[in-house]
Amino acid sequence: MALLEVENLHVSVEDEDIEILKGVDLTINEGEVHAIMGPNGSGKSTLAAVLAGREEYVVTEGSIRYKGEDLLELEVEERAEEGVFLAFQYPVELPGVSMTNFLREAVNSVREARGEEELGAADFLKLVRERAKLVDLDPDLVKRSVNQGFSGGEKKRNEIFQLAMLEPTLAVLDETDSGLDIDALRTVSDGVNKLRSDERAFLLITHYQRLLDYIEPDYVHVMVNGRIAESGDKDLAIRLEEEGYERFQREPAAA
Amino acid sequence: MSTTTLDTSAQTIDRFVSAFQVNHGQALNGTNASVAKRREAAIQRFQELGVPTRKQEAWKYTDIASVLDRPYTLPLGPEEADVSAADLDPYLIDDLDAHVLVLVNGRPDLSLSQLDAMPEDVTVGSLKDAGDHPAFEAHYGEYADAEDEVLTALNTAFVQDGAFIHVPEDVELEQPILLLHVNAAQDDLLMQPRHLFVVEADAKARVIGRQLSLTGARTFTNTVTEMFVGERGYLDHYVIQEEDDNASQVLSRFGYHEGDSVLSTDTFTFSGEVVRNNMTLTPDGPNCETNLYGLVIGHGSMHVDNNTLVDHVHADCVSNELYKHVLNDQSTAVFNGKVFVHRDSQRIDAYQSNDSLVLNNDAQIYTKPELEIYADDVKCSHGTTTGQLDEEAVYAMRTRGIDEATARALLTLAFAGEVLEQVTLDAISERVELAVAGKLPERFNLTGLVETASALNA
Ligand SMILES: Nc1ncnc2c1ncn2[C@@H]1O[C@H](COP(=O)(O)OP(=O)(O)OP(=O)(O)O)[C@@H](O)[C@H]1O
Ligand SMILES: [Mg+2]
Repeated sequence: MALLEVENLHVSVEDEDIEILKGVDLTINEGEVHAIMGPNGSGKSTLAAVLAGREEYVVTEGSIRYKGEDLLELEVEERAEEGVFLAFQYPVELPGVSMTNFLREAVNSVREARGEEELGAADFLKLVRERAKLVDLDPDLVKRSVNQGFSGGEKKRNEIFQLAMLEPTLAVLDETDSGLDIDALRTVSDGVNKLRSDERAFLLITHYQRLLDYIEPDYVHVMVNGRIAESGDKDLAIRLEEEGYERFQREPAAA
Repeated sequence: MSTTTLDTSAQTIDRFVSAFQVNHGQALNGTNASVAKRREAAIQRFQELGVPTRKQEAWKYTDIASVLDRPYTLPLGPEEADVSAADLDPYLIDDLDAHVLVLVNGRPDLSLSQLDAMPEDVTVGSLKDAGDHPAFEAHYGEYADAEDEVLTALNTAFVQDGAFIHVPEDVELEQPILLLHVNAAQDDLLMQPRHLFVVEADAKARVIGRQLSLTGARTFTNTVTEMFVGERGYLDHYVIQEEDDNASQVLSRFGYHEGDSVLSTDTFTFSGEVVRNNMTLTPDGPNCETNLYGLVIGHGSMHVDNNTLVDHVHADCVSNELYKHVLNDQSTAVFNGKVFVHRDSQRIDAYQSNDSLVLNNDAQIYTKPELEIYADDVKCSHGTTTGQLDEEAVYAMRTRGIDEATARALLTLAFAGEVLEQVTLDAISERVELAVAGKLPERFNLTGLVETASALNA
């Protein structure tokens, strides 16, 4: 059984009559790393948002099965508890919500769902220090409000720090690499590589092949106009880097 | 006879006037000539001014007439109140090492109070017993405006008892003073407590007033508090309003402070029916710091009206004002913040802001900042925001496994945080934080969370 099976997924925006995803098929097995590339506006973030459960998107056709169950039946927070994690393309600031309060609530609700015990204050702090180190997050940031006044790169790093804290089964990283400086890209990638395991799958959305040098994917997909137009191995990313997306866009709309 | 039932067949004003005449001699210091003179003048002014109507700008959003126009009992002497120390135990703030003065139905009850640790030269007790105190003579009635404020006139006319605090020069009171105000009425009751806090030059005190109801009786409390802070003195006054949902009140505070002193007020309103807080603070000397903070958590059909005035009569002072409202259900909040800078009051820094979080479409907020500035070298600013919780933020938190109710509660607590940060007593800020979480609908209960946060920050 695959970890994630997306079949013929059609997605529209709630109020408007626009279809954004037009029949996406994607299968991810435990432990695999998939990358999705594709032109701006092709629907990559929309796919990520639908996986996370964002309510403004409506699935009009198709299905998503996660661990064999219907993912679309689950509330946003239930998906997180089941191990779905989305690192946002644009992380949200939570003014006045302290990182510690936020992380502790998040970690403990996910632990509870997994049948693990709540972490006491001391164990929690230990985990915070350990995982902050893994992604080289400035420990002072943990004393602040979530993302408030963080630099663009700090926000991205904070997403991966949260990933490390929550230990998800399916981690979707939406352009985590954009906004990171060259050194940060390397440390964050190293962090992600350390988090790779046989049970944990990754879906990396990126525009840059460079990320895939650091985090080597098993599969690369190209999303164009709401569909997966082509899939391949990591060499596809290298080819895209050279050729761009032109040849996909010239193809007729029908598959 | 120590009580009078107000005759509701008569007009509200006449009702009080005849009660005044019937019980002429029974007030505070019935024999004190200056108090008696103030009482006569006050009932006169009460008659002339009349009960406020919504046609008056200051009462535009608060219908106090219909609250006053109820068949209350008007106690004119101490009543037997059936309150024991055990009744009060749950309301003493845990971890707060304080001197405690308990007031039952507006009157101090020394047998229920804990004042043994009070330094000898400090007075905390009954206003009724303070008649001979020089501080009473010097300050009583000096700041409360019984001339133009009709409810202050009414209180002054019927004055009987309340809390009296005197901190002499150079005394810094380490432990705060907790005034535990409990309503323990059996029938509908109108109370008019009168408090006087005098903090002399170079003295320091923190006073916490906590208002509660022990019985479900309908009450109206018309309180007047006068505060004086001498040069280089410091007074921090917290009020935590947690009366029952059929308890209404007008709390009028008048604070006067001299040069180089600090006068801070923090007003937390968590329950009550109609709650009107009048605040007039007058920094009258150079380098005064005047702070006004407030937090309203509205639920049900609560109506909370904060009407504040900082009267900058002197140059070279700073005032800070920040009020926040969190409004659930059909609750209503009114904020009217006036800053008055007189012509010769140069180099004033006055900041005011009020922010409202409206969590339900049926909740309402009316705010009106009023800056009247007649000096030219001043820095004044004010800001008002009204909004809802950021749904993006709620969603972002949910994607991390935090359930929706907790996400909303955390964001609400974050909104209130700026006011909570101003609280200098940890036991109070924790208490208030818990109340913020607890007073939100049941599902917002954050108790465990708040406790962990304090453990982490310890
Ligand atoms: N809530 C929405 N309302 C209207 N249109 C939307 C909404 N969300 C997405 N879209 C549209 O759907 C298309 C796909 O958007 P999406 O964010 O998924 O693209 P993307 O592939 O992530 O692009 P980028 O590489 O620029 O991040 C875009 O044309 C976008 O404008
Ligand atoms: Mg995108």
